[in-house]
Amino acid sequence: MAFAAFGSSNAPASAKPTRSGKVVIALLAPGLAYLGAFFLTPLFALIMVSLEVPDPNGGYAEYVPAFEIGNYFYVISEYLPHILRSFGYALAATVLALVISYPLAYFIGVKARPWPLLQKLMLTLVIAPFFISFLLRTLAWKQIFSNESWIVSTLHDIGLLGPTQYVVGTPFMVIFGLTYNFIPFMTLPLYTSLERLDLRYLEAGSDLYASPSKVFRKVTLPLSMPGIISGTLLTFIPIAGDYINASGDFLGSSSTSMIGNVIESNYLQINDYPSASALSVLLMGVILVLVSVYVKKSGTEDLL
Amino acid sequence: MRFSLGKLTLPLYAVLAFIYLLIPIVYTFVFSFNNSLKTNLIWRGFTFDKWTNVCQREGVCEAFGNSVFIGLISTIFATGLGTMIAIALVRYRFKFRSSVNLLLFLPMATPEVVLGAGLASQFFNLGVQKGIWTIIIAHIMFCLSFVVVTVKARVASLDPALEEAGRDLYANPTQVFWKITFPLLLPGIASAALLSFALSFDDFIITNFNAGSDMTFPRYVYTAAARGVPAEANVIGCAVFALAILIVLATQINGEVKRRRLAKVH
Repeated sequence: MAFAAFGSSNAPASAKPTRSGKVVIALLAPGLAYLGAFFLTPLFALIMVSLEVPDPNGGYAEYVPAFEIGNYFYVISEYLPHILRSFGYALAATVLALVISYPLAYFIGVKARPWPLLQKLMLTLVIAPFFISFLLRTLAWKQIFSNESWIVSTLHDIGLLGPTQYVVGTPFMVIFGLTYNFIPFMTLPLYTSLERLDLRYLEAGSDLYASPSKVFRKVTLPLSMPGIISGTLLTFIPIAGDYINASGDFLGSSSTSMIGNVIESNYLQINDYPSASALSVLLMGVILVLVSVYVKKSGTEDLL
Repeated sequence: MRFSLGKLTLPLYAVLAFIYLLIPIVYTFVFSFNNSLKTNLIWRGFTFDKWTNVCQREGVCEAFGNSVFIGLISTIFATGLGTMIAIALVRYRFKFRSSVNLLLFLPMATPEVVLGAGLASQFFNLGVQKGIWTIIIAHIMFCLSFVVVTVKARVASLDPALEEAGRDLYANPTQVFWKITFPLLLPGIASAALLSFALSFDDFIITNFNAGSDMTFPRYVYTAAARGVPAEANVIGCAVFALAILIVLATQINGEVKRRRLAKVH
């Protein structure tokens, strides 16, 4: 499956280095030029906009190029709760996704090995949520946990929720939605790692009188670490920048807004481009730090 | 073999996990048959009407059509550009390899809000009017890396001996590529194209930053979410879901049949 390729570190093929540098350039140039023009340059544009100041002679939402570092101090002090919330929610949802995914990935990748067709079928089920619209599946959870739903009335009846407490709009619901929406990004790299796990190592461990839990801690877990790391990265990053789940029209409320919600409303609704851009650059900065830690650990070949 | 509760825990867990993954999908399907009015919140009885008259709801089919158009164009370009890069990465050694890997990884690692806001800023600076074509430019950009990843896996699994055999039989490089490499890569290219279409079709965040007044299906759902999404949107979502699952299952069964046939020959 396409997504399974995330976690894999397909070793460079054994093909001998071939001559023509011209062919390489011809193959790489168009795609890389495209990314240069529509990925790198926009990031640069974002940095420039994040330093702009309001046009003293202009009207509403007009800005002029400047070098206002103060924009960054402003967004950090103004939106600190949103920043902390984003990374807090992302951390919680990533841990949840890891805990839920690991046994599942282990079952598909190790226990189901004798039945390849079943493995494929289960992998299809793992990515099935990707095929229904992101927004529709999030709205489905909203309806399932809506204030009038039987789940919520049951929770009221058994006293787990107070009479004025509801589920939608709470941090719990947002984290739940984030976990659900990004869980395949965790399961698939874990599966790729576990699928390649050599079972003879596990046997060797138990032959040496290690208990099953010790075999897991000393053999299985370290060998699946590449999957854990790339899965964590692939879930944490999109979650930290998401604004659908936390939005008031979906699973959240005004008290759950994340960085993404601020960027969206500042950029698209109140047209405060510099503050939205400064927040975007900050978010990107944190992500880059995470990625570089990952690259140091496993090299660039493992990225793709 | 010893039969114990421990052996059953994992399969049972897997079943529960799959139920959890499928709940919202089932919900969306069920409510596509709801005899609902404007919103689709309460069950009002079963009907096929929403499936048969899906375009009667204003805007749904137009948004769907735009999404298909954007998806197709973006997929063609992203698949072409991405396949070329994948071949270069696997088949050739060159300097700056790690920089190329990093450049391809970064768009996948960048949060969508950042990609969206960045591109929107660039279009704004250049004075480009946002519309369908700015959406397509954005989609090609974020699909490209996913294509590279998918095709790369396929190129890496190709046996270079097949191409060597072609060269030994005096095929020129062009012939080797079109007669051997390309046909063998085709399944990988096809799944990359499907992935890219799926990503483009479902994208909301980047699209929302770079769309003018043009609607796409996810934008339609987002706008409608404030007032309640009509059942017709569920119909579209479910039809797309069913089609995607059918394609995936068909390719998997086809692959399995081929594998078994090969196993018999050897």
